[in-house]
Amino acid sequence: MINFNKNEILETVRMIENENLDVRTITMALSLFDCIGRTADETAELVYKKIVSRAGKLVSVGGDIAAQYGVPIVNKRVSVTPVSLICAKTGGYGKIAAALDKAAAEIGIDFIGGYSALVHKGMTKYEREFIDSIPEAIAATEKVCSSVNVGSTRSGINMDAVKLMGERIKDLSLLTAQSGGMGCAKLVVFCNAVEDNPFMAGAFTGVGEGDAVINVGVSGPGVVSCALKKLGKSADLLAVAEEIKRTAFKITRVGQLVAVEAAKRLEAEFGIVDLSLAPTPKVGDSVAQILEEMGLESVGAAGTTACLAILNDAVKKGGVMASSSVGGLSGAFIPVSEDAGMIRAVRNGALTLEKLEAMTCVCSVGLDMIAVPGDTPASVLSAVIADECAIGMINNKTTAVRIIPAPGKKVGDEVEFGGLLGTAPVMPVNKYSAADFINRGGRVPAPVHSLKN
Amino acid sequence: MKAVVTVVGKDKSGIIAKVTAYLAEAGVNVEDISQTVLQDYFAMIMLVDTGKASVTDLRKDAERLGKEAGVDISIQHEDIFTAMHRI
Repeated sequence: MINFNKNEILETVRMIENENLDVRTITMALSLFDCIGRTADETAELVYKKIVSRAGKLVSVGGDIAAQYGVPIVNKRVSVTPVSLICAKTGGYGKIAAALDKAAAEIGIDFIGGYSALVHKGMTKYEREFIDSIPEAIAATEKVCSSVNVGSTRSGINMDAVKLMGERIKDLSLLTAQSGGMGCAKLVVFCNAVEDNPFMAGAFTGVGEGDAVINVGVSGPGVVSCALKKLGKSADLLAVAEEIKRTAFKITRVGQLVAVEAAKRLEAEFGIVDLSLAPTPKVGDSVAQILEEMGLESVGAAGTTACLAILNDAVKKGGVMASSSVGGLSGAFIPVSEDAGMIRAVRNGALTLEKLEAMTCVCSVGLDMIAVPGDTPASVLSAVIADECAIGMINNKTTAVRIIPAPGKKVGDEVEFGGLLGTAPVMPVNKYSAADFINRGGRVPAPVHSLKN
Repeated sequence: MKAVVTVVGKDKSGIIAKVTAYLAEAGVNVEDISQTVLQDYFAMIMLVDTGKASVTDLRKDAERLGKEAGVDISIQHEDIFTAMHRI
């Protein structure tokens, strides 16, 4: 007997066939603490062996599950323990980056994350050296992604690290100038980084995680915008929020199904489902389109922050009951270059950096995939990072900056990254200096609401 | 595995015959079938047991068959519908 009615069946088929419902990523989080050797070479070899042996089947299992359920799984990824921690004694960070890249190529995954450091309160000598190694390591590798946590609600913001990151981002853009500064698309600066994030470039395996854990990121902005389109313009906002909740529930249930099945087949622990709505540059797979479906002429118009807040909250409410374990970043992503609607709005002058900053107060994750003029000083990049960190720290949420100072480009130019990374129109940045503020260094003290005990 | 086959498109004669003949040949057992015609549109839904047939091959053939017949044919695992529509 068919246990479903005709509308249920046709709705599911339509979501998958026409509305871009997919699972964005299956990410296997691996602990590398058991790979620490006496020398960097020994560590690199152990790291390579562990990734190849533990995640060797990730791509084929992902393919099998996608075939069985008929739901595309867009990315297969691995995240690892922050490399700065496993090389504290030996140094030789570049060797580990090369081993990660080689392992990633060998097993055929899309990206590997965890070339990372956690310096939200203080920074050791080796962590400083590690951060200085990032530009070369990312420029010299294909699939390695890097992240640095420079602040948290509990500890405040490490402004010395913020200053350093502005400079390293600038270095990385110059080292990858031939590809428009694309290296910077693989480097993200966090406040309140999460330990179980399946999304790149910011995924790393937190120190509190198990040995091998499957974290899954769902997607489906196209499904949500189609649902709102069907609802029509006359529905009030309670009805809009309800429709988003219902849709998010269904999307997340598919993610949960895939996550549990993947964990079982890979003999790993099931970690979390990340409820983020992640756009792709494909038409119809856009978060901006959802906001416009809610009644905005263009994303970036007054009302954008309110619409995004409604969307973000409703996605969580719908998703949280659909999964046995929700985590990661869980919110709508607003990467400019990866969302056809955002790109259009920037081109039209409807969406500015300042509006994007306001939007990051109510959604995950932050200023993401934004190209700025190549001559933007490092201190301005650091100041942009400081602003985002302040939002994250005060609002007890994750914020991040993934910004690309595009070498030789000016406002109005565009940088083509290709694939899921899309096209970034170069956006204007406030020209006034914050250099004296950034040069002060030191630490922003933890906010009063960090004192919870 | 148990799967749901849907065939949606402009109504014309012989669609059920074509699809079920193909499924029988592929060793797929049809356990339940329902169909409706809404205005000119035809929607057929079948619950099938795919037996030993490869789902990947079935999907490829379904796409080809759909193109020939001018309809959209999809094959989805039953668990997807259970996950989405049943708590």
